[in-house]
Amino acid sequence: MKDFIIKEFKQIFRDYRSMIILFGIPIAQILLFGFALTLDLKNAHIAVLDNAKDEHSRKLTEKIASSEYFILDRHLNSADEIEDIFKEGIVKEVLVFEPNFSQNLLKTGQADMQIIADASDPNTANMLVNYTSAIVANYQQSLLPSNPLNGIVIPDVKFKYNKELKSVYMFVPGVITIILMLVSAMMTSISIAREKELGTMEILLVSPIKPYQIIVGKVIPYLLLSFINFLIILVLSYFVLGMPLGGNMLLLMSESLLFIFMALSLGIFISTVSNSQQTAMLLSMFALLLPTILLSGFIFPIKNMPTILIWISNVMPSKFFIIIVKDIMLKGSGLMDVWFETLIILLFTLFFMALSIKKFKIRL
Amino acid sequence: MRSLRFIIEKEFKQIFRNKMMIPIIFVMPIVQLLILSYTATFEIKNVTLGVLDMDQSTSSHELVHQFDGSPFFQITTYSHSLNELEKKMQHGEIEQIINIPFGFEEKLINGQFAHIQITSDAVNGSAATLMSYYASSIVMDYNKKILVSEQGAVASNKGIATPFQFWYNTELDYKKYMVPGILVLLVTMIGAFLSGMNIVREKEIGTIEQLNVTPIKKHEFIIGKLLPFWIIAMFDLILGLTIARWIFDIHIVGDLWLIFAVASIYLLAILGIGLLISTITDTQQQAMFLAWFFMVIFIMLSGLFTPIESMPTWAQNVNIINPITYFIRFMRQVILKGSGLMDVMSDIISISIYAVSVLGLAIFRYKKVS
Repeated sequence: MKDFIIKEFKQIFRDYRSMIILFGIPIAQILLFGFALTLDLKNAHIAVLDNAKDEHSRKLTEKIASSEYFILDRHLNSADEIEDIFKEGIVKEVLVFEPNFSQNLLKTGQADMQIIADASDPNTANMLVNYTSAIVANYQQSLLPSNPLNGIVIPDVKFKYNKELKSVYMFVPGVITIILMLVSAMMTSISIAREKELGTMEILLVSPIKPYQIIVGKVIPYLLLSFINFLIILVLSYFVLGMPLGGNMLLLMSESLLFIFMALSLGIFISTVSNSQQTAMLLSMFALLLPTILLSGFIFPIKNMPTILIWISNVMPSKFFIIIVKDIMLKGSGLMDVWFETLIILLFTLFFMALSIKKFKIRL
Repeated sequence: MRSLRFIIEKEFKQIFRNKMMIPIIFVMPIVQLLILSYTATFEIKNVTLGVLDMDQSTSSHELVHQFDGSPFFQITTYSHSLNELEKKMQHGEIEQIINIPFGFEEKLINGQFAHIQITSDAVNGSAATLMSYYASSIVMDYNKKILVSEQGAVASNKGIATPFQFWYNTELDYKKYMVPGILVLLVTMIGAFLSGMNIVREKEIGTIEQLNVTPIKKHEFIIGKLLPFWIIAMFDLILGLTIARWIFDIHIVGDLWLIFAVASIYLLAILGIGLLISTITDTQQQAMFLAWFFMVIFIMLSGLFTPIESMPTWAQNVNIINPITYFIRFMRQVILKGSGLMDVMSDIISISIYAVSVLGLAIFRYKKVS
């Protein structure tokens, strides 16, 4: 048993190129995504069709263009051009001022500024329209004489757990999960499938080692590797990306060990059902990558999805791990707050383990 | 040419002989397209709200009622303890807390500013921004009502109206946006993973030596290796477009032939990447790690999930070598907006340059005598 584990370690470390990739990938990815990914909208290009060209239309245009959300790309001369620039795809929103904008605003108190958004990206379009309306409302308020006779309600807006609204807070837990999940599942599934493909599995099977010992021996080196990977990511996200480490570190580490263990047993399960390295890889990457990104709450909130998808998301272990990581790191939660999610991951682990040991025996 | 036919035949046989490959190649992408296209929404509705009303006056009830009536909010908890509400927020049961302090109505009547606190769970920063924007606009509406009751209807109507239009997707149906994008990702992954593991597999098993001693020429070998995957990926793309049309009801506004033409070039670029990975690695495991590394980066930076404009400049520069960005943008432009050849010219040129250089590099790197 001990010798078998040593053999596994040797086999892994001998392939130094894989080792470089193995540790290089997570580091590169966490840094890349930590700095690059943000859901906030900035620098959206807009165009203005100003049929008024008067004081208020200019001032309002200036105000909108000077916000960090928008870049004034160009002025249009006629409404026909709108279609053309949208088709080019750079300009995402067009503002159309009606003729005599200032005059209407001053005389009748009612002026129109139409917002036309390219909704082929609906999320962006929606945000842009919201931002623009907010700026206009703001501008309008600055025009009104302040009237101290009216009592009005002032909302004081506070943001909890993430005062500066950093996107990093949202993405780092997700990236940690994706890396741990995919790397661990991939490594084990490939390593077992490889023994099968090269025929060395037969040799292992006729040796006095028991099937569960083979599995344990396969898992331990990768468990260690993945855990080191996790520690590197954690250190990077704390020191370089400025993630807070609110909760108990010991708890976070045990949770991640559990999750790695789950991913490894999933990997073993994948390898028992696949007949070559290629199928093992396609299953562990192609079948896992997009669902892990999209159905885990990494980017898109699960709450707003159709009911069926909310159900489906419950079979994604990564969903629960993301909740755990966010709760511990950002909210400082303890075990009592995340015991349910922990239990689910534990059940997933047992499930995959039982399944693979059963499958494995049949092959004997 | 005869040897070319044989190697293509061999590749197809090798792929389809493996019974697991057919569901992986044809069924899995479709299932993923059907399921995952529904996931990508930032729509905010039913924000769970906790209310702490210390004032318990007519005015405060009215304000709370405004929140209750909004489709964006769903009041789940009324409480008298901020502590309790904050605990619930920590557990994720409520996303926003409205705190109306004592003396709220009195201040309003005396013509003072009456402050209320709106606290949002900001772990998801952009959702929190939207949530607090909605909450503030409800308060604004409430203020307007006060003005109306005090000064009559005239005051409230004053101002700049901002009617808005959403073009190309009037109902803001995010599936129209996601389906072409996810389809591109799936086809890309199929192409890159299949081709990325192919030659290296022959290396690992040792059959490449056998191929090397056959009279097959280098270019025949490369074409024979790529064509089967090209056909498979193209087939998946057509299948996906059919599903988009008949199940998601996405009508292709632009020219279908333009899509096919550019897709064929794009697939060459993707297969070229796979081939390149295959030639510079020794084992399938290494090839897989490399393919995975690039795929994850390309996918995350492609602009499908997060806006490219908001990325820092260096990340936008990384995107120059990201073929997925070009192709997703191209597909969206043509499918949803009906952009013509001239509108998408720059993307087409980029994809073509990409295809030529990657394929060239891969062929250069591949030496028949290993």
